[in-house]
Amino acid sequence: MMRFSTLIKHPAEWMTGGTGDNSVVLTSRIRLARNLARHPFPGWAKKNQRREVMETLKPAIENLPCMKDGFSKELEELDSVQKQVLVERHLISREHAARGEGSAAVIERQQSVSIMINEEDHLRMQAIHPGQDLHHAYRAISEIDDHLAASVEYAFDLRLGYLTTCPTNLGTGMRASAMLHLPALVLSDQIGQVLQAVNKIGLAVRGIFGEGSESLGHLFQISNQSTLGESEENILERLDRVISQVAKNERFAREKLVEEDPDMVADKIGRAYGLLRHAWLISSKEALEHVSMLRLGGDLGAFPAGTSRICDELLMDIQPAHLQLHTGRKLTAEERDTIRAEIVRSRLQNLEAPDNRNIQINGDGPDPSPDLGVL
Amino acid sequence: MDCDKCGKPAKVHLTQLVGGQVKKIALCNECANQNGVTDPTGFALADLLLTPGQAQLIPKPASSGRCCPECGFSLDDLQRVRRFGCGTCYSTFRDEVGQMIRGMHKGAEHVGKVPQGQVFEQQRRERLADLRGRLDIAIHEEQYEIAAYLRDEIRQLETEAATADDGR
Repeated sequence: MMRFSTLIKHPAEWMTGGTGDNSVVLTSRIRLARNLARHPFPGWAKKNQRREVMETLKPAIENLPCMKDGFSKELEELDSVQKQVLVERHLISREHAARGEGSAAVIERQQSVSIMINEEDHLRMQAIHPGQDLHHAYRAISEIDDHLAASVEYAFDLRLGYLTTCPTNLGTGMRASAMLHLPALVLSDQIGQVLQAVNKIGLAVRGIFGEGSESLGHLFQISNQSTLGESEENILERLDRVISQVAKNERFAREKLVEEDPDMVADKIGRAYGLLRHAWLISSKEALEHVSMLRLGGDLGAFPAGTSRICDELLMDIQPAHLQLHTGRKLTAEERDTIRAEIVRSRLQNLEAPDNRNIQINGDGPDPSPDLGVL
Repeated sequence: MDCDKCGKPAKVHLTQLVGGQVKKIALCNECANQNGVTDPTGFALADLLLTPGQAQLIPKPASSGRCCPECGFSLDDLQRVRRFGCGTCYSTFRDEVGQMIRGMHKGAEHVGKVPQGQVFEQQRRERLADLRGRLDIAIHEEQYEIAAYLRDEIRQLETEAATADDGR
Protein backbone atom coordinates (compact mmCIF):
# COMPACT_ATOMS: atom_id res chain seq x y z
CA MET A 1 0.00 0.00 0.00
CA MET A 2 0.99 3.57 -0.66
CA ARG A 3 2.71 5.76 1.94
CA PHE A 4 1.22 9.03 3.09
CA SER A 5 4.15 11.05 1.75
CA THR A 6 3.84 9.45 -1.69
CA LEU A 7 0.11 10.10 -1.81
CA ILE A 8 0.54 13.76 -0.95
CA LYS A 9 3.68 14.45 -2.98
CA HIS A 10 1.79 15.25 -6.16
CA PRO A 11 -1.32 17.35 -6.51
CA ALA A 12 -4.34 15.44 -7.83
CA GLU A 13 -5.27 15.94 -11.44
CA TRP A 14 -8.57 17.44 -10.33
CA MET A 15 -6.74 20.08 -8.30
CA THR A 16 -4.81 21.38 -11.26
CA GLY A 17 -7.43 21.31 -13.93
CA GLY A 18 -6.60 18.18 -15.91
CA THR A 19 -6.76 18.82 -19.61
CA GLY A 20 -10.14 20.52 -19.96
CA ASP A 21 -11.40 24.01 -19.19
CA ASN A 22 -11.57 24.70 -15.47
CA SER A 23 -11.46 28.49 -15.53
CA VAL A 24 -14.90 28.88 -13.94
CA VAL A 25 -15.93 25.39 -12.80
CA LEU A 26 -12.88 23.98 -11.02
CA THR A 27 -14.13 20.56 -9.95
CA SER A 28 -17.15 18.26 -9.90
CA ARG A 29 -17.67 15.94 -6.99
CA ILE A 30 -20.12 13.13 -6.16
CA ARG A 31 -20.48 11.64 -2.72
CA LEU A 32 -22.55 8.56 -1.90
CA ALA A 33 -23.59 7.59 1.63
CA ARG A 34 -24.08 3.87 2.32
CA ASN A 35 -24.55 1.68 5.38
CA LEU A 36 -24.47 -2.02 6.10
CA ALA A 37 -27.72 -3.79 6.97
CA ARG A 38 -28.10 -5.02 10.56
CA HIS A 39 -25.12 -3.06 11.91
CA PRO A 40 -25.60 0.01 14.10
CA PHE A 41 -24.59 3.26 12.41
CA PRO A 42 -21.16 4.65 13.45
CA GLY A 43 -22.55 7.29 15.82
CA TRP A 44 -24.52 4.71 17.78
CA ALA A 45 -22.20 1.71 17.47
CA LYS A 46 -19.91 0.61 20.28
CA LYS A 47 -16.17 0.52 19.64
CA ASN A 48 -16.05 -3.19 18.87
CA GLN A 49 -19.03 -2.88 16.51
CA ARG A 50 -17.36 -0.06 14.62
CA ARG A 51 -14.17 -2.06 14.42
CA GLU A 52 -16.11 -5.04 13.07
CA VAL A 53 -17.64 -2.92 10.30
CA MET A 54 -14.26 -1.47 9.43
CA GLU A 55 -12.70 -4.93 9.30
CA THR A 56 -15.42 -6.05 6.87
CA LEU A 57 -15.25 -2.99 4.65
CA LYS A 58 -11.57 -2.06 4.56
CA PRO A 59 -10.32 -5.23 2.81
CA ALA A 60 -13.33 -5.20 0.46
CA ILE A 61 -12.46 -1.65 -0.60
CA GLU A 62 -8.71 -2.26 -0.81
CA ASN A 63 -9.49 -5.09 -3.25
CA LEU A 64 -11.42 -2.85 -5.64
CA PRO A 65 -9.63 -2.65 -9.00
CA CYS A 66 -9.32 1.15 -8.75
CA MET A 67 -7.68 0.94 -5.32
CA LYS A 68 -4.74 -1.11 -6.55
CA ASP A 69 -1.56 0.38 -5.02
CA GLY A 70 -3.72 2.96 -3.29
CA PHE A 71 -3.51 4.51 0.15
CA SER A 72 -5.28 2.85 3.06
CA LYS A 73 -5.00 3.74 6.74
CA GLU A 74 -6.93 3.60 9.95
CA LEU A 75 -7.32 7.15 11.24
CA GLU A 76 -5.58 6.14 14.45
CA GLU A 77 -2.43 5.52 12.46
CA LEU A 78 -2.32 9.12 11.22
CA ASP A 79 -1.16 12.14 13.24
CA SER A 80 -3.27 15.28 13.45
CA VAL A 81 -1.32 17.19 10.76
CA GLN A 82 -1.66 14.31 8.31
CA LYS A 83 -5.41 14.14 8.95
CA GLN A 84 -5.71 17.88 8.51
CA VAL A 85 -3.83 17.72 5.20
CA LEU A 86 -6.34 15.15 3.96
CA VAL A 87 -9.15 17.47 5.04
CA GLU A 88 -7.60 20.42 3.21
CA ARG A 89 -7.37 18.26 0.11
CA HIS A 90 -11.05 17.34 0.43
CA LEU A 91 -10.09 13.66 0.67
CA ILE A 92 -11.69 13.18 4.07
CA SER A 93 -14.19 15.38 5.88
CA ARG A 94 -13.55 17.44 8.97
CA GLU A 95 -15.98 15.24 10.84
CA HIS A 96 -14.16 12.10 9.76
CA ALA A 97 -10.80 13.54 10.88
CA ALA A 98 -12.26 14.07 14.36
CA ARG A 99 -13.04 10.36 14.66
CA GLY A 100 -10.48 7.93 15.92
CA GLU A 101 -10.74 4.24 16.64
CA GLY A 102 -12.64 2.18 14.11
CA SER A 103 -12.48 4.73 11.28
CA ALA A 104 -10.37 4.45 8.16
CA ALA A 105 -9.71 6.13 4.82
CA VAL A 106 -8.93 4.39 1.53
CA ILE A 107 -7.77 6.69 -1.26
CA GLU A 108 -7.05 5.94 -4.90
CA ARG A 109 -3.49 6.83 -5.88
CA GLN A 110 -4.51 9.70 -8.19
CA GLN A 111 -6.69 11.07 -5.32
CA SER A 112 -9.76 11.11 -7.56
CA VAL A 113 -11.62 8.49 -5.50
CA SER A 114 -11.64 8.42 -1.73
CA ILE A 115 -13.70 6.27 0.60
CA MET A 116 -14.25 7.06 4.26
CA ILE A 117 -15.16 4.18 6.55
CA ASN A 118 -17.18 5.01 9.65
CA GLU A 119 -17.74 8.68 9.11
CA GLU A 120 -21.34 9.67 9.91
CA ASP A 121 -22.31 6.63 7.82
CA HIS A 122 -20.45 3.34 7.44
CA LEU A 123 -19.41 4.44 3.97
CA ARG A 124 -18.92 7.83 2.41
CA MET A 125 -17.50 7.37 -1.06
CA GLN A 126 -16.54 10.21 -3.35
CA ALA A 127 -15.20 10.79 -6.82
CA ILE A 128 -13.79 14.17 -7.88
CA HIS A 129 -13.18 15.14 -11.50
CA PRO A 130 -11.67 18.34 -12.88
CA GLY A 131 -13.92 20.87 -14.63
CA GLN A 132 -17.66 20.52 -15.11
CA ASP A 133 -18.04 16.75 -15.31
CA LEU A 134 -20.66 15.55 -12.84
CA HIS A 135 -21.86 12.67 -15.01
CA HIS A 136 -18.44 11.06 -15.33
CA ALA A 137 -17.75 11.50 -11.66
CA TYR A 138 -21.08 9.81 -10.92
CA ARG A 139 -20.35 6.90 -13.24
CA ALA A 140 -16.98 6.36 -11.56
CA ILE A 141 -18.39 6.22 -8.04
CA SER A 142 -21.51 4.30 -9.02
CA GLU A 143 -19.37 1.54 -10.49
CA ILE A 144 -17.49 1.24 -7.21
CA ASP A 145 -20.82 1.17 -5.40
CA ASP A 146 -21.95 -1.76 -7.59
CA HIS A 147 -18.76 -3.66 -6.85
CA LEU A 148 -19.26 -3.27 -3.11
CA ALA A 149 -22.96 -4.10 -3.24
CA ALA A 150 -22.00 -7.49 -4.66
CA SER A 151 -19.98 -8.37 -1.56
CA VAL A 152 -21.81 -6.66 1.31
CA GLU A 153 -25.49 -6.12 2.12
CA TYR A 154 -26.53 -2.48 2.26
CA ALA A 155 -29.21 -1.05 4.54
CA PHE A 156 -31.84 -0.38 1.89
CA ASP A 157 -35.60 0.09 1.89
CA LEU A 158 -37.72 0.01 -1.25
CA ARG A 159 -39.64 3.09 -0.17
CA LEU A 160 -36.88 5.13 1.52
CA GLY A 161 -33.91 4.03 -0.59
CA TYR A 162 -30.46 3.83 0.96
CA LEU A 163 -30.82 4.23 4.72
CA THR A 164 -28.53 6.80 6.34
CA THR A 165 -27.78 8.05 9.85
CA CYS A 166 -29.30 11.43 9.08
CA PRO A 167 -32.63 11.48 7.21
CA THR A 168 -31.39 14.39 5.07
CA ASN A 169 -29.38 11.83 3.05
CA LEU A 170 -32.11 9.20 2.53
CA GLY A 171 -32.99 7.93 -0.93
CA THR A 172 -30.07 8.18 -3.32
CA GLY A 173 -27.63 9.07 -0.52
CA MET A 174 -26.04 11.26 -3.14
CA ARG A 175 -24.57 14.71 -2.71
CA ALA A 176 -23.33 16.17 -5.99
CA SER A 177 -21.40 19.41 -6.00
CA ALA A 178 -19.26 21.67 -8.11
CA MET A 179 -16.68 24.23 -7.06
CA LEU A 180 -16.89 27.52 -8.96
CA HIS A 181 -14.59 30.54 -9.19
CA LEU A 182 -16.82 33.61 -9.47
CA PRO A 183 -14.64 36.73 -9.09
CA ALA A 184 -16.43 38.85 -11.70
CA LEU A 185 -19.87 38.19 -10.20
CA VAL A 186 -18.48 39.29 -6.82
CA LEU A 187 -16.71 42.39 -8.20
CA SER A 188 -19.81 43.48 -10.08
CA ASP A 189 -22.07 42.91 -7.06
CA GLN A 190 -24.26 40.39 -8.82
CA ILE A 191 -23.29 37.44 -6.69
CA GLY A 192 -26.10 37.92 -4.15
CA GLN A 193 -28.77 37.78 -6.80
CA VAL A 194 -27.27 34.74 -8.50
CA LEU A 195 -26.86 32.81 -5.26
CA GLN A 196 -30.40 33.65 -4.22
CA ALA A 197 -31.70 32.28 -7.49
CA VAL A 198 -29.69 29.07 -6.98
CA ASN A 199 -31.14 28.72 -3.49
CA LYS A 200 -34.66 29.18 -4.81
CA ILE A 201 -34.29 26.11 -7.02
CA GLY A 202 -33.53 24.09 -3.91
CA LEU A 203 -29.78 23.91 -4.31
CA ALA A 204 -27.30 24.84 -1.60
CA VAL A 205 -24.48 27.35 -2.04
CA ARG A 206 -21.61 27.88 0.32
CA GLY A 207 -18.13 29.34 0.31
CA ILE A 208 -15.25 26.89 0.13
CA PHE A 209 -13.18 28.92 2.56
CA GLY A 210 -14.83 31.21 5.09
CA GLU A 211 -18.53 31.36 5.82
CA GLY A 212 -21.73 32.07 3.98
CA SER A 213 -21.58 34.37 1.00
CA GLU A 214 -18.44 36.00 2.44
CA SER A 215 -16.49 33.36 0.62
CA LEU A 216 -12.74 33.75 0.43
CA GLY A 217 -10.95 33.47 -2.87
CA HIS A 218 -14.32 33.97 -4.65
CA LEU A 219 -14.79 30.22 -4.56
CA PHE A 220 -18.26 28.77 -4.13
CA GLN A 221 -19.71 25.31 -3.94
CA ILE A 222 -23.13 24.50 -5.37
CA SER A 223 -24.78 21.21 -4.38
CA ASN A 224 -28.11 19.40 -4.26
CA GLN A 225 -29.99 19.30 -0.97
CA SER A 226 -32.79 16.88 -1.71
CA THR A 227 -31.83 13.22 -2.02
CA LEU A 228 -35.22 11.48 -1.87
CA GLY A 229 -37.96 11.38 -4.48
CA GLU A 230 -35.76 12.14 -7.45
CA SER A 231 -33.42 9.89 -9.43
CA GLU A 232 -29.66 10.41 -9.58
CA GLU A 233 -29.94 11.34 -13.26
CA ASN A 234 -32.56 14.00 -12.54
CA ILE A 235 -30.58 15.51 -9.71
CA LEU A 236 -27.43 15.65 -11.82
CA GLU A 237 -29.29 17.02 -14.83
CA ARG A 238 -30.78 19.88 -12.84
CA LEU A 239 -27.56 20.70 -11.01
CA ASP A 240 -25.61 20.60 -14.25
CA ARG A 241 -28.02 23.03 -15.92
CA VAL A 242 -27.76 25.49 -13.05
CA ILE A 243 -23.97 25.26 -12.94
CA SER A 244 -23.78 25.95 -16.68
CA GLN A 245 -26.02 28.94 -16.21
CA VAL A 246 -23.98 30.36 -13.33
CA ALA A 247 -20.76 29.80 -15.30
CA LYS A 248 -22.30 31.64 -18.25
CA ASN A 249 -23.22 34.54 -16.00
CA GLU A 250 -19.67 34.67 -14.65
CA ARG A 251 -18.23 34.69 -18.18
CA PHE A 252 -20.55 37.46 -19.17
CA ALA A 253 -19.69 39.47 -16.05
CA ARG A 254 -15.99 39.10 -16.91
CA GLU A 255 -16.60 40.46 -20.42
CA LYS A 256 -18.63 43.33 -19.04
CA LEU A 257 -15.94 44.27 -16.50
CA VAL A 258 -13.22 44.31 -19.14
CA GLU A 259 -15.40 46.31 -21.48
CA GLU A 260 -16.71 48.86 -19.01
CA ASP A 261 -13.94 49.22 -16.47
CA PRO A 262 -10.67 47.94 -17.94
CA ASP A 263 -8.55 50.12 -15.63
CA MET A 264 -10.17 48.69 -12.53
CA VAL A 265 -9.57 45.14 -13.76
CA ALA A 266 -5.95 45.89 -14.69
CA ASP A 267 -5.42 47.57 -11.32
CA LYS A 268 -6.80 44.61 -9.33
CA ILE A 269 -4.69 42.11 -11.25
CA GLY A 270 -1.56 44.29 -11.09
CA ARG A 271 -1.90 44.90 -7.36
CA ALA A 272 -2.48 41.23 -6.66
CA TYR A 273 0.64 40.38 -8.65
CA GLY A 274 2.76 43.01 -6.89
CA LEU A 275 1.57 42.04 -3.47
CA LEU A 276 2.03 38.31 -3.87
CA ARG A 277 5.46 38.77 -5.43
CA HIS A 278 6.73 40.97 -2.62
CA ALA A 279 4.83 40.22 0.56
CA TRP A 280 6.91 38.84 3.43
CA LEU A 281 4.00 38.07 5.75
CA ILE A 282 0.67 37.06 4.36
CA SER A 283 -2.45 35.66 5.99
CA SER A 284 -4.44 32.93 4.37
CA LYS A 285 -7.35 35.30 3.78
CA GLU A 286 -5.23 37.91 2.03
CA ALA A 287 -3.39 35.32 -0.04
CA LEU A 288 -6.63 33.68 -1.23
CA GLU A 289 -8.05 37.02 -2.26
CA HIS A 290 -5.05 37.90 -4.42
CA VAL A 291 -4.49 34.42 -5.82
CA SER A 292 -8.10 34.70 -7.00
CA MET A 293 -7.26 37.88 -8.93
CA LEU A 294 -4.18 36.27 -10.42
CA ARG A 295 -6.32 33.36 -11.56
CA LEU A 296 -8.77 35.80 -13.16
CA GLY A 297 -5.85 37.58 -14.83
CA GLY A 298 -4.68 34.28 -16.27
CA ASP A 299 -8.12 33.61 -17.74
CA LEU A 300 -8.30 37.11 -19.23
CA GLY A 301 -4.92 36.76 -20.95
CA ALA A 302 -2.79 39.00 -18.72
CA PHE A 303 -0.57 36.04 -17.81
CA PRO A 304 0.70 33.14 -19.89
CA ALA A 305 -1.17 29.85 -20.08
CA GLY A 306 -0.44 27.66 -17.08
CA THR A 307 -0.84 30.48 -14.57
CA SER A 308 -4.14 29.15 -13.30
CA ARG A 309 -2.45 25.82 -12.62
CA ILE A 310 0.04 27.60 -10.35
CA CYS A 311 -2.87 29.35 -8.63
CA ASP A 312 -4.77 26.09 -8.10
CA GLU A 313 -1.75 24.44 -6.53
CA LEU A 314 -1.29 27.45 -4.27
CA LEU A 315 -4.90 27.21 -3.07
CA MET A 316 -3.97 23.86 -1.50
CA ASP A 317 -0.39 24.49 -0.50
CA ILE A 318 -0.90 27.70 1.52
CA GLN A 319 -3.35 26.12 3.94
CA PRO A 320 -2.20 25.66 7.55
CA ALA A 321 -1.68 21.89 7.67
CA HIS A 322 0.03 21.87 4.29
CA LEU A 323 2.45 24.52 5.60
CA GLN A 324 3.18 22.43 8.69
CA LEU A 325 3.73 19.35 6.60
CA HIS A 326 6.04 21.38 4.35
CA THR A 327 8.21 22.55 7.24
CA GLY A 328 7.86 19.38 9.26
CA ARG A 329 7.05 21.07 12.56
CA LYS A 330 4.30 22.88 14.42
CA LEU A 331 4.02 26.55 13.46
CA THR A 332 2.69 29.63 15.20
CA ALA A 333 0.29 31.86 13.24
CA GLU A 334 3.08 34.38 12.54
CA GLU A 335 5.44 31.67 11.35
CA ARG A 336 2.73 30.40 9.05
CA ASP A 337 2.32 33.84 7.49
CA THR A 338 6.07 34.03 6.86
CA ILE A 339 6.29 30.59 5.30
CA ARG A 340 3.13 31.13 3.29
CA ALA A 341 4.62 34.33 1.80
CA GLU A 342 7.85 32.48 1.07
CA ILE A 343 6.04 29.70 -0.81
CA VAL A 344 3.95 32.17 -2.78
CA ARG A 345 7.02 34.19 -3.79
CA SER A 346 8.93 31.13 -4.89
CA ARG A 347 6.04 29.77 -6.97
CA LEU A 348 5.60 33.10 -8.72
CA GLN A 349 9.26 33.97 -9.21
CA ASN A 350 9.22 33.23 -12.92
CA LEU A 351 5.89 34.86 -13.61
CA GLU A 352 6.25 38.06 -15.67
CA ALA A 353 4.31 41.17 -14.67
CA PRO A 354 0.81 41.21 -16.17
CA ASP A 355 0.54 42.45 -19.70
CA ASN A 356 -2.67 44.39 -19.53
CA ARG A 357 -2.76 45.02 -23.27
CA ASN A 358 -3.48 41.34 -23.63
CA ILE A 359 -6.59 41.47 -21.50
CA GLN A 360 -9.38 40.72 -23.87
CA ILE A 361 -12.94 39.82 -24.21
CA ASN A 362 -13.39 36.52 -25.92
CA GLY A 363 -17.10 35.93 -26.05
CA ASP A 364 -20.26 37.38 -27.41
CA GLY A 365 -23.92 36.59 -27.18
CA PRO A 366 -26.99 37.88 -25.41
CA ASP A 367 -26.96 38.99 -21.78
CA PRO A 368 -27.78 36.09 -19.53
CA SER A 369 -30.37 36.93 -16.94
CA PRO A 370 -28.85 37.32 -13.45
CA ASP A 371 -31.72 35.38 -11.89
CA LEU A 372 -30.81 32.38 -14.09
CA GLY A 373 -34.23 32.61 -15.70
CA VAL A 374 -35.89 30.75 -12.84
CA LEU A 375 -37.79 33.50 -11.07
CA MET B 1 -16.15 25.82 34.70
CA ASP B 2 -14.43 22.68 33.47
CA CYS B 3 -14.35 21.07 30.03
CA ASP B 4 -17.10 18.47 29.64
CA LYS B 5 -14.76 16.13 27.81
CA CYS B 6 -11.44 16.21 29.66
CA GLY B 7 -11.98 18.33 32.78
CA LYS B 8 -9.43 21.05 31.96
CA PRO B 9 -10.57 24.69 32.37
CA ALA B 10 -13.21 25.42 29.73
CA LYS B 11 -12.72 28.25 27.25
CA VAL B 12 -15.43 27.58 24.70
CA HIS B 13 -19.08 27.65 25.69
CA LEU B 14 -21.68 26.51 23.25
CA THR B 15 -25.42 26.62 23.19
CA GLN B 16 -27.36 24.96 20.42
CA LEU B 17 -30.86 23.80 19.69
CA VAL B 18 -30.81 20.07 19.16
CA GLY B 19 -34.09 18.44 18.31
CA GLY B 20 -36.03 21.28 19.92
CA GLN B 21 -34.02 21.19 23.15
CA VAL B 22 -31.42 23.68 24.33
CA LYS B 23 -28.09 21.93 24.86
CA LYS B 24 -25.13 23.57 26.55
CA ILE B 25 -21.60 22.35 26.48
CA ALA B 26 -18.29 23.69 27.79
CA LEU B 27 -14.97 22.75 26.25
CA CYS B 28 -11.30 23.56 26.65
CA ASN B 29 -9.50 24.97 23.59
CA GLU B 30 -7.95 21.63 22.73
CA CYS B 31 -11.18 19.65 22.75
CA ALA B 32 -12.92 22.46 20.88
CA ASN B 33 -10.32 22.33 18.11
CA GLN B 34 -10.35 18.56 17.96
CA ASN B 35 -14.06 18.54 17.43
CA GLY B 36 -14.03 21.29 14.84
CA VAL B 37 -16.09 23.53 17.12
CA THR B 38 -14.15 26.57 16.03
CA ASP B 39 -15.47 26.09 12.52
CA PRO B 40 -19.16 26.93 12.73
CA THR B 41 -19.99 25.55 9.28
CA GLY B 42 -18.78 22.06 10.02
CA PHE B 43 -19.99 21.68 13.56
CA ALA B 44 -23.17 20.50 15.12
CA LEU B 45 -23.58 19.83 18.79
CA ALA B 46 -25.43 16.69 17.89
CA ASP B 47 -22.21 15.28 16.45
CA LEU B 48 -20.39 15.97 19.66
CA LEU B 49 -23.11 14.45 21.77
CA LEU B 50 -23.19 11.46 19.50
CA THR B 51 -19.47 10.87 18.95
CA PRO B 52 -18.68 7.20 18.70
CA GLY B 53 -18.11 5.63 22.05
CA GLN B 54 -19.71 8.59 23.76
CA ALA B 55 -23.21 7.60 22.84
CA GLN B 56 -23.49 5.20 25.75
CA LEU B 57 -22.33 7.87 28.17
CA ILE B 58 -25.28 10.12 27.55
CA PRO B 59 -27.59 9.50 30.48
CA LYS B 60 -30.76 7.94 29.24
CA PRO B 61 -34.02 8.68 31.01
CA ALA B 62 -35.87 5.57 32.13
CA SER B 63 -37.02 4.23 28.79
CA SER B 64 -40.30 5.96 28.13
CA GLY B 65 -40.47 5.17 24.44
CA ARG B 66 -40.16 2.31 22.03
CA CYS B 67 -36.76 0.83 21.29
CA CYS B 68 -35.35 -0.59 18.07
CA PRO B 69 -35.13 -4.39 18.42
CA GLU B 70 -31.98 -4.45 16.30
CA CYS B 71 -29.82 -1.83 18.02
CA GLY B 72 -31.65 -0.59 21.12
CA PHE B 73 -31.96 3.00 19.89
CA SER B 74 -35.01 4.54 21.60
CA LEU B 75 -37.65 7.01 20.52
CA ASP B 76 -36.14 9.44 23.06
CA ASP B 77 -32.76 9.13 21.38
CA LEU B 78 -34.34 9.82 18.03
CA GLN B 79 -36.14 12.89 19.27
CA ARG B 80 -32.98 14.17 20.91
CA VAL B 81 -30.51 13.78 18.04
CA ARG B 82 -32.80 13.58 14.98
CA ARG B 83 -30.67 10.77 13.64
CA PHE B 84 -31.06 7.01 13.54
CA GLY B 85 -29.25 4.13 15.22
CA CYS B 86 -29.33 1.58 12.40
CA GLY B 87 -31.20 0.65 9.20
CA THR B 88 -33.86 -1.24 11.13
CA CYS B 89 -34.71 1.92 13.13
CA TYR B 90 -36.40 3.19 9.97
CA SER B 91 -39.00 0.40 10.25
CA THR B 92 -39.19 0.63 14.04
CA PHE B 93 -40.00 4.34 13.89
CA ARG B 94 -41.81 4.35 10.54
CA ASP B 95 -44.45 6.90 11.62
CA GLU B 96 -41.89 9.31 13.05
CA VAL B 97 -39.81 9.00 9.88
CA GLY B 98 -42.81 10.12 7.84
CA GLN B 99 -43.18 13.24 9.95
CA MET B 100 -39.48 14.01 10.06
CA ILE B 101 -38.93 13.93 6.32
CA ARG B 102 -42.01 15.92 5.41
CA GLY B 103 -40.80 18.89 3.36
CA MET B 104 -37.17 17.79 3.67
CA HIS B 105 -36.92 16.31 0.16
CA LYS B 106 -38.49 16.54 -3.28
CA GLY B 107 -40.62 13.50 -2.55
CA ALA B 108 -41.31 10.86 0.08
CA GLU B 109 -40.54 7.76 -1.99
CA HIS B 110 -37.22 6.64 -3.38
CA VAL B 111 -36.66 6.97 -7.11
CA GLY B 112 -33.33 5.91 -8.55
CA LYS B 113 -30.61 3.40 -8.05
CA VAL B 114 -31.23 0.17 -6.10
CA PRO B 115 -28.72 -2.49 -5.06
CA GLN B 116 -29.86 -4.93 -7.78
CA GLY B 117 -29.36 -8.47 -6.47
CA GLN B 118 -30.32 -7.47 -2.98
CA VAL B 119 -33.66 -6.02 -4.02
CA PHE B 120 -34.67 -9.05 -6.11
CA GLU B 121 -33.85 -11.22 -3.12
CA GLN B 122 -35.89 -8.98 -0.82
CA GLN B 123 -38.89 -9.05 -3.16
CA ARG B 124 -38.65 -12.81 -3.58
CA ARG B 125 -38.55 -13.34 0.18
CA GLU B 126 -41.62 -11.15 0.65
CA ARG B 127 -43.50 -12.93 -2.16
CA LEU B 128 -42.62 -16.36 -0.74
CA ALA B 129 -43.84 -15.36 2.71
CA ASP B 130 -47.08 -14.11 1.18
CA LEU B 131 -47.66 -17.29 -0.86
CA ARG B 132 -46.95 -19.55 2.14
CA GLY B 133 -49.46 -17.61 4.19
CA ARG B 134 -52.10 -18.02 1.52
CA LEU B 135 -51.27 -21.73 1.18
CA ASP B 136 -51.91 -22.24 4.90
CA ILE B 137 -55.27 -20.53 4.61
CA ALA B 138 -56.21 -22.53 1.51
CA ILE B 139 -55.36 -25.82 3.24
CA HIS B 140 -57.18 -24.76 6.36
CA GLU B 141 -60.26 -23.93 4.28
CA GLU B 142 -59.84 -27.18 2.32
CA GLN B 143 -59.60 -25.37 -1.02
CA TYR B 144 -57.25 -27.94 -2.49
CA GLU B 145 -57.26 -26.67 -6.06
CA ILE B 146 -56.02 -23.28 -4.95
CA ALA B 147 -53.56 -24.91 -2.56
CA ALA B 148 -52.07 -26.99 -5.38
CA TYR B 149 -51.65 -23.90 -7.52
CA LEU B 150 -49.97 -22.00 -4.67
CA ARG B 151 -47.69 -24.95 -3.94
CA ASP B 152 -46.48 -24.94 -7.57
CA GLU B 153 -45.85 -21.19 -7.45
CA ILE B 154 -43.81 -21.57 -4.28
CA ARG B 155 -41.79 -24.43 -5.75
CA GLN B 156 -41.00 -22.39 -8.82
CA LEU B 157 -39.83 -19.38 -6.78
CA GLU B 158 -37.67 -21.63 -4.63
CA THR B 159 -36.06 -23.23 -7.70
CA GLU B 160 -35.35 -19.77 -9.11
CA ALA B 161 -33.72 -18.73 -5.87
CA ALA B 162 -31.54 -21.84 -5.88
CA THR B 163 -30.44 -21.26 -9.49
CA ALA B 164 -29.69 -17.62 -8.76
CA ASP B 165 -27.50 -18.68 -5.84
CA ASP B 166 -25.63 -21.15 -8.03
CA GLY B 167 -25.05 -18.47 -10.61
CA ARG B 168 -23.27 -16.19 -8.13
